[in-house]
Amino acid sequence: MELALASAIGVLVFAGVYLLLRARSFDVILGLTLLSYATNLLIFSSGRLVSGKPPVLKPGLEADLANYTDPLPQALVLTAIVIGFAMTAVVIVLAMRSRGDNDSDHVDAEEPIAREQQERELLVRERQQQKGDRP
Amino acid sequence: MTHLPILPILLPLVGGAAALFVEHRRYGTRIQRIVSWLFMLATLAAALALFATADGDQVLVYLLGDWPSRLGIVLMVDRLSALMVLTTALLGAACLLHACSGWDRRAPHFHALFQLQLAGLAGAFLTGDIFNLFVFFEVMLIASYGLMLSGGRGVRMSAGLHYVAFNITASTLFLIALGLIYGLLGSLNMAELSERIAQVAPETRPLVQAALGLLLVVFCAKAALLPMYLWLPEAYTRAPAAVAALFAIMTKVGVYASLRVGSLWFGPEAGAFAGFGQAWIVPAAVAGLGLSALGVLAAARLRVLVAYLVIASASTLFIAFGLDTPEATAAGMYYMVHSCFVAAALFMIADLVRRGRGDASSDIRELIAPPAMRRTAGVMYLVAAVAVAGLPPLSGFIGKTAILAATPAADMDWAWTAILAGSFMVIVGLTRAGSRIFWRTGTLNEAEAAAAGKRPPLRLTESTAIALLLALAVAMSLLAAPLLAYTQAAAEQLRAAPGYLETVRDTLPAWRHP
Repeated sequence: MELALASAIGVLVFAGVYLLLRARSFDVILGLTLLSYATNLLIFSSGRLVSGKPPVLKPGLEADLANYTDPLPQALVLTAIVIGFAMTAVVIVLAMRSRGDNDSDHVDAEEPIAREQQERELLVRERQQQKGDRP
Repeated sequence: MTHLPILPILLPLVGGAAALFVEHRRYGTRIQRIVSWLFMLATLAAALALFATADGDQVLVYLLGDWPSRLGIVLMVDRLSALMVLTTALLGAACLLHACSGWDRRAPHFHALFQLQLAGLAGAFLTGDIFNLFVFFEVMLIASYGLMLSGGRGVRMSAGLHYVAFNITASTLFLIALGLIYGLLGSLNMAELSERIAQVAPETRPLVQAALGLLLVVFCAKAALLPMYLWLPEAYTRAPAAVAALFAIMTKVGVYASLRVGSLWFGPEAGAFAGFGQAWIVPAAVAGLGLSALGVLAAARLRVLVAYLVIASASTLFIAFGLDTPEATAAGMYYMVHSCFVAAALFMIADLVRRGRGDASSDIRELIAPPAMRRTAGVMYLVAAVAVAGLPPLSGFIGKTAILAATPAADMDWAWTAILAGSFMVIVGLTRAGSRIFWRTGTLNEAEAAAAGKRPPLRLTESTAIALLLALAVAMSLLAAPLLAYTQAAAEQLRAAPGYLETVRDTLPAWRHP
């Protein structure tokens, strides 16, 4: 079980970091989401993986970790899920607004190729002007 | 048990909720501002009371919900955190004054977000639980996203996207570090962790080092230390002036967190972990100071210049705290408070100069201060620049001199060189910008003249806000001796970190008996 969980976290982090480094804001948001899933699993596993034991006290069972699973990581992971969820919503709204305002889904709000093309056209035009001035 | 420590968090939280209630059009801006100011002044009073209470040798521990510290979350108030809470409240009052000159009407939900930001800042300074620190970081950041972006469009949105994505990634790293720390050490209480870190078995040490290192990386990212400062200039220059001024303290939260963690966990009694991380934080800070001074020299806009000044002050602080003597730490604390006020004032002045120009270029080479505000803004810029560059007689000079005087002889070569060379470049950059903007005469073209005629040249609230911040800097220079005595006591208190654990353990619930 440890191996499965550890490799799941690893794959999620791998995919998350890869997507985070891409240039489209949609990919970046997906990357952030995957990273936060990986983090939630990691926090959850920090209380050790125990199966079939409750995190709440039961009458008649002695209150130690032999009979229960650690409740604190579960509380922490709940907080982390809520905050991560809210952040995803904020960043999605932001990305949509940025796309609407700047007409581009690129994280820098402008297409590098389009800009290069513009600069090239400007250069060509300047050269033509210089040619026209000379004679 | 006194409830004073929770007030600087609780009052702005309630204030944020109350500001939402009066947001409807039928109440008008006047009521909104009154509500916002009521809670702001109450927070200021609570911060002052806390500051006075903390000036004893006792560390105040407040048990949230009256749960004992091993089960619940604690707030801890010592001199350092009380000083930072007071700084937050004073800075917040000035920023609110500036925003009341009109920005609060253009940005939806401004007052609510502003109060929540204050709550997050105060919480981050007061908490004694590392997971709770994460929560307050998030409260602060979420409010800052709202403050930065509401009422904005276009380029501000894409700059905001960078800022938000970077900070969410940093928060994710924070959570990963917390998960590892809890899994390895079994506690999240900062004082409790100090004992467990000192007792880590050699075979688990590398893993603990990885977790704590990750945590320090997160704090340094928030404080904009060398490789992780690239997000800051763009984000701070795109934020509205009142908000950028409040953001001046946000980088200090990262510095504060690493100082707090450093004094509690990596003090001399921490065994293998003593001085953990300093070996790479201090060189990064020295290089960062140099690069940000170059940034000041190269800045094309006044606000970019101020943003680089913020990075430079954070790097100076990391150097001061890295020297690891109580005197240097005390001087660093004084410098930290001073740089918050002065950087905030400079952000406001930059906005003042730019606004009179309408939509015209804000490039320093072309920018000329509009005649109507030239004298007032010029004098304010002069005072702020003298203070921030560290020229006598203002607070920056006192802070930097105290840091230099506290440098141990062994570290003198690199620390003096870094701080003095950095200050020199900052002075050159500030002089260049000031003389170009305020001394050059020139005629406004038609569009600019029309824009200058349309806008009120100088609003009273704005100049009062700037004057208030500058007056604080002047007061800090006049009251330097008592303030330095206070920060010295705060640094001594941080040195006595093992006492924190006993205080936390000895604080018993008032009425709960679990």
